Amino acid sequence: MKKIVPWIFVVVFAAWTIASLWQKPEAGFHTREFGKLPVLLNGRIQPMDSVARNTLLQIRTRQSAGQTSATAWLMETMMNPGDADKLDVFRIDNLELLNMLQLPERQKYYSFNQIQPHYDDISRQAQRINNVPDADRTAFQRQLLKLDNAMEIYQRLKVSLCPPGAENFTAQLAAYAQAVPAGVAAAQAREAGKSYDQAAFNRLLGFLSNYDELSQSAYLLVVPPIPQGGTKSRDDWQNIGASLMNVVHGGDIEPAVKDYAAMVTAYRQNRPDDFNQALNDYRHWLGEWFVPETRQGVQEFFFNEFQPFYKAIVIYVMAFLLAIIALLTFALAPNLSETLRRSAFWMVVLGGVIHTFGLLFRMCLEGRPPVTNLYSSAIFIGWGCVVLGIVLERVFAVGLGSAVASFAGFVTLVIAHNLSMDGDTMEMLRAVLDTNFWLATHVVVVTLGYASTFMAGLFGITYVMLGLFTPLLKYKSGRMELGEVLAKMVYGIVCFATLFSFTGTVLGGIWADQSWGRFWGWDPKENGALLIVLWNAAILHARWGGMIRERGLMNMVIFGNIVTSWSWFGVNMLGIGLHSYGFMDSAFKWLVFFVAVQIGFIALGLLPLNLWKSFRPENRS
Amino acid sequence: MLLERLIKIFTSLRLTVVLLGLSLVLVFAGTLGEVHLGLYKAQAEFFHSFFICWHPQNAAWKIPVFPGGYFIGTLLLLNLIAAHTSRFKFSREKIGLWIIHAGLILLILGQISTDMLAVESQMHLRVGQTKNYSESDRVSELAVINTTDKIFDTVVAIPERFLAQRNDIRQANLPFVIRVKQFYANSSLSTNAMTSFERTGATAGSGTGLWWRREPRETATDRRDAPSALVEIVTPQGSLGTWLVSDWFEQSQTFDFNGHGYRLQLCPERFYLPFSLHLLEFRHDVYNGTDIPKNFSSRLTLIRPNTGERREVLIYMNNPLRYEGKTFYQASFDPDNQGTILQVVKNPGWLTPYLACGLVATGMVIQFLSHLIPFLRRRRTT
Repeated sequence: MKKIVPWIFVVVFAAWTIASLWQKPEAGFHTREFGKLPVLLNGRIQPMDSVARNTLLQIRTRQSAGQTSATAWLMETMMNPGDADKLDVFRIDNLELLNMLQLPERQKYYSFNQIQPHYDDISRQAQRINNVPDADRTAFQRQLLKLDNAMEIYQRLKVSLCPPGAENFTAQLAAYAQAVPAGVAAAQAREAGKSYDQAAFNRLLGFLSNYDELSQSAYLLVVPPIPQGGTKSRDDWQNIGASLMNVVHGGDIEPAVKDYAAMVTAYRQNRPDDFNQALNDYRHWLGEWFVPETRQGVQEFFFNEFQPFYKAIVIYVMAFLLAIIALLTFALAPNLSETLRRSAFWMVVLGGVIHTFGLLFRMCLEGRPPVTNLYSSAIFIGWGCVVLGIVLERVFAVGLGSAVASFAGFVTLVIAHNLSMDGDTMEMLRAVLDTNFWLATHVVVVTLGYASTFMAGLFGITYVMLGLFTPLLKYKSGRMELGEVLAKMVYGIVCFATLFSFTGTVLGGIWADQSWGRFWGWDPKENGALLIVLWNAAILHARWGGMIRERGLMNMVIFGNIVTSWSWFGVNMLGIGLHSYGFMDSAFKWLVFFVAVQIGFIALGLLPLNLWKSFRPENRS
Repeated sequence: MLLERLIKIFTSLRLTVVLLGLSLVLVFAGTLGEVHLGLYKAQAEFFHSFFICWHPQNAAWKIPVFPGGYFIGTLLLLNLIAAHTSRFKFSREKIGLWIIHAGLILLILGQISTDMLAVESQMHLRVGQTKNYSESDRVSELAVINTTDKIFDTVVAIPERFLAQRNDIRQANLPFVIRVKQFYANSSLSTNAMTSFERTGATAGSGTGLWWRREPRETATDRRDAPSALVEIVTPQGSLGTWLVSDWFEQSQTFDFNGHGYRLQLCPERFYLPFSLHLLEFRHDVYNGTDIPKNFSSRLTLIRPNTGERREVLIYMNNPLRYEGKTFYQASFDPDNQGTILQVVKNPGWLTPYLACGLVATGMVIQFLSHLIPFLRRRRTT
């Protein structure tokens, strides 16, 4: 039993994880294949699928459009905007805003056509609100700005692949190619002051004004730069409008434009076979010139579809439940408890493996160390906690390591999910951050400091909860009581936390010295990191000086949670300093809530010992 | 008896914990202070001070309410040194602790030396421009330049703090007295009588007919004060007139005395270098299709006349130029991308954090491993 049950859990969940990789071949339009096509957006190569998901996250706060997959929605929006305008993809929750737009409440998602009549009103208000400082904006104003931004992205998406109103884009391109020579000749003659063909000139001008508009507003850069004797940079992608404008300077319409036009036309006319054929042609052509870009698209598509972090969340929840039940049945049914404890442990390991895979895959995609923004810091803190928990569980084998690891993994990945709502989480790094050396040293080490401080705090909470509400702290595990085991774990973690947070903080100072000549500038984020170091040092010295014992240690590490959350999120909300990269008002509520909960735990931890179930006289051994 | 008690207090771990707790509060309060006061002022009040003082608005008196950064830092240093000299014995188990604390002492001393010795200034270069000096971004000086000689100028530079005293300034190289009648550390000028502006009272130079107003000091790090002063030139034969000198004026003002030509200018304090830098090119690259900056870089020629050294240098983000004890960093640029702003730092103690960090990290690793390995070994045997 003890050996088999854990295996069953692991095999079932591993199978569930891998099963999602197997997909039926698509009938009709090959949406998934289209989703793998590489484009350039936000300064990086990404697949259409990422564009679709990130855009939907921004406008709909979900990675899909209801029953429709993200890529299918993107295709509809770019190739058949008239019908896409009827889809409910704009999320609006604010009642005041709904009132202003005269929209029915409780619908949650609204279509472009519903909002369109008020478009001018929205942009006018948005312009006004842009002058209001971030911190002073009301919920209504923030939601309005968000909607304005969503509308702009949507409008730009609609003209990313074809000009508005082009029923047959392929035919239009043929007409354009025909109009160019005569039109250019006429324009040159006109320039030279000679007589010229007015009709040919006007015809070309008609096309160009249309394409110029397209080049101004298209959201995606879909036309890859054909390497011509190495003169063009591989990053020099263009949008369709700009590429078409270039035709007047000589040269043909680019193959990419023609293939996309064929796809658009076939999609409009509902001819899946022609669409798939054009898609195939384009992929072949890409395969000739753009192997790395194509691979990048395919890999990121796989990553999007696999969703390793979502799967890890599910497995962590399962592991946490198993670990908790194992703890509660510790005395009642030791054998069952041990089976569950082992199951929990191996589930945490499975979750950890998937988590690690996701982390590494992301690093390869980006070509960066693990932490580049707030989102990836959450992923990495979670990873650090899980690894630390697994190690502790290996050493102490009482189930507490698994419980805390799975809890930390679950919570941090949920936080990461919420941080991903702003859209692309793999955005390019600003100039000063563009250094893998410092990202790999300072950022990684200081983030491990955060992770271990949180871990200590979680064990502190575990101690208080077990001590107050269960007799478990006095139970023996091997030669030591569970309470002592916890105290040893926490002490060890605090030592690690001190090492990481101190080294990380000083490395940050050295980076600052390298990039602007100031080792220490009392920047809020630096101060935040320093607070963690000071607090951890205070804990260690208090313990060495005998000023605190088990319970004091636990209360101090719980306070460490507050210090760390302040440093991780709080200082970003101040809106000043070099690190104020993310002002998040909704996160502020959560931070206050979190701090309040921690204070609650400390208050519980300070209750007199005779109220603690573990320390009542009848439990003393 | 008293001494013993004092030693006991100074060597106690209890003091360490109390001081660490106090610094926690201080750093937190200082961070919040930075939001209201700006980075620069908050640092001066909270961290670069012995006591944080509170005073009611517009009151002349103030009372200390909390120990400042210098106070806590000094006590921590004393505590650290005292504890080590009196209590700790040199032994194999304690070697990690020794290294950690030696590193900390080095770190704190290094930061104190930086606080006292480091000088920061800026060098603004347009493309094609050559300069052999950098300028302070906070402190100004009044330059009185004797332009009689055709080949070189004689400059007398009067630092801002002397102007602020509003006294008569006498200098051996100057045949006249500079009487400072008014000095505003930050000011606005106007050509007409706007509310709360007053006449400057200048009788000569560009300031005649202007109005001015005292402004509160700037607290944000990215904005600088624009000082102005009203100075009278008093010669043994009598007054030559009263000039308004101001950071707002781009041009210097001139006057003659005894056949010598003089120029007057209130400008940022200058630090001259034994070499000059010439800006060849400034680049501000962005990622395609975005406004996200990818790189800022300045390509310069370093020219040193007395050694004949002449070479090209490239300064970009995270890659400064270290030369002659000074370090030049890419700090900012002009909005039209045709000029660069370099941060120039002279900090003799710049190496200390590197050493300190290495020491502390090594010490911690030794210390923790020396506990962890026996602990794991014990567990394995049980």
